[in-house]
Parts: sequence; structure tokens; C-alpha cells
Amino acid sequence: MNALIAAVLLLIGTLFCLVAAVGMLRLPDTLIRMHAATKAGTLGAGFILAAQAVEAGELSTTLKVIAVIVFLLLTAPVAAHLIGRAAYRRGMELYAGTWIDELDTAMQKDSRFQDTSDQEPSATPQGTTHRAPPEN
Amino acid sequence: MIVEPTTILAAASRLSLDLLLVSIALASVRLARGPQAADRVVALDLIAVLVVAFLAAYAIDTGNTSFLDVAIAYALVAFLGTVALARFILRCGRRRNKDCTLPGRLP
Repeated sequence: MNALIAAVLLLIGTLFCLVAAVGMLRLPDTLIRMHAATKAGTLGAGFILAAQAVEAGELSTTLKVIAVIVFLLLTAPVAAHLIGRAAYRRGMELYAGTWIDELDTAMQKDSRFQDTSDQEPSATPQGTTHRAPPEN
Repeated sequence: MIVEPTTILAAASRLSLDLLLVSIALASVRLARGPQAADRVVALDLIAVLVVAFLAAYAIDTGNTSFLDVAIAYALVAFLGTVALARFILRCGRRRNKDCTLPGRLP
């Protein structure tokens, strides 16, 4: 019975990992691709680790598995935050369908980001930057 | 005809290992293609998570749970690597650099 449950968990996790990799290949821009990397990938790895715990059925293995899962859940958001911040600050090109960019508005209001730009300052932004919504 | 559950688990773990290898290959395509440095770091992060999953699946396949220790150590090192690369991109090199050309396409 344990082996059956472990097999099912293993296949579910593998499918999530495959979906994450396909998303990494197919999605259009860095920030959107990070959804695939950090959510689907972590969930898939968690399912496979859970399958290992069910299959072994020992306390020591289960504790190790819990340690790995907790570590993945703790570090994935931190790493994603750092990469997204670095990509945005380095002036990545957003996907053409993006039409809400709240960080752009906030950075225009913040005096710390004013000194590097030599363009004329834009009109004082109020609220959220809205682009034209995508056509389709 | 009754199939043993352990046979099903063995077949599932072989299939899982193959599909995880395919996943790592797909993520490697994004790693090679870029186009920006941040894209490559995201792809490396996903590959690290997939390798942890692969190690867990391999532990099931061989029945040797000491691969879990490898998974723990690999997850730690991969997180440190991701953080270091993200800071490298953010600061644009080892020192803070105003005229950054780092995220451009590879020649």
C-alpha cells in the first residue's frame, strides 16, 4: 500500500517538475518565467520528497525529508525575490502584454532613484502606472 | 493478474527519473538561450530544484536513503549560488558599476 501511494506521489511530482520546465522554456519574460521556476518546481520537488518519506516509512528519513521541504519552501521565495529585484533594476524588458507596473510608479516617486536618470522628470505620478491593456 | 505494488513503484521511479532528465534538459535550453543574465540565473535556480527532486527519486529507485543528505547539501549550496549570482547582477560586477553592460546578449 505504501508503495502504491509513493508511486502516485512520485508521478504527480514528476508531472509538476515537467510543467515547470516547459514553462521555463515557453513563457515570455523573466518575471513570468519565475512563476514556473519557484512555484511549480518547488511543489514538484516537495511531492517527490514526500514520496520518498512514504516509501521508506522510517522516522529518520521522514525528518530529513521534512528538513529538505522546509528548506526549499524557505529559500525559493528569497531567491526569487532577489533575482526579480536584480532583473528589474537592471532594466529588463517587460512582456508586451504587461499593463500594470506599480514598481515603476513607486521608483519614480522615490528620490533615491532620481539621480541616475538624465531625462526630463515625468509628470508627478499618481497611483499605479497603467499601460494600455493587451488587445486580445 | 495481480501486479506487485513494489513493481509499480520501481516502474514509476524509472519513469520519474527519465522525465526529470527531460525537464533538466528543457531548463538547460533556457539556460543556453538567455537572453539576459537574469534569465540564466532563473534557469539555474530551476535546475537546482530539479536536481534535488532527481536525487529524491534516485533514492527511491535505489532504496538508499543517504542520497537525501546529498539533496540537503545541494539545496544549501544552490541557494547560496543563486543569491550570489543575483547580487552579482544587481551590483553589475564585483564593484558597484554605473555604466553596466552586463545584462546584454552574449555576442
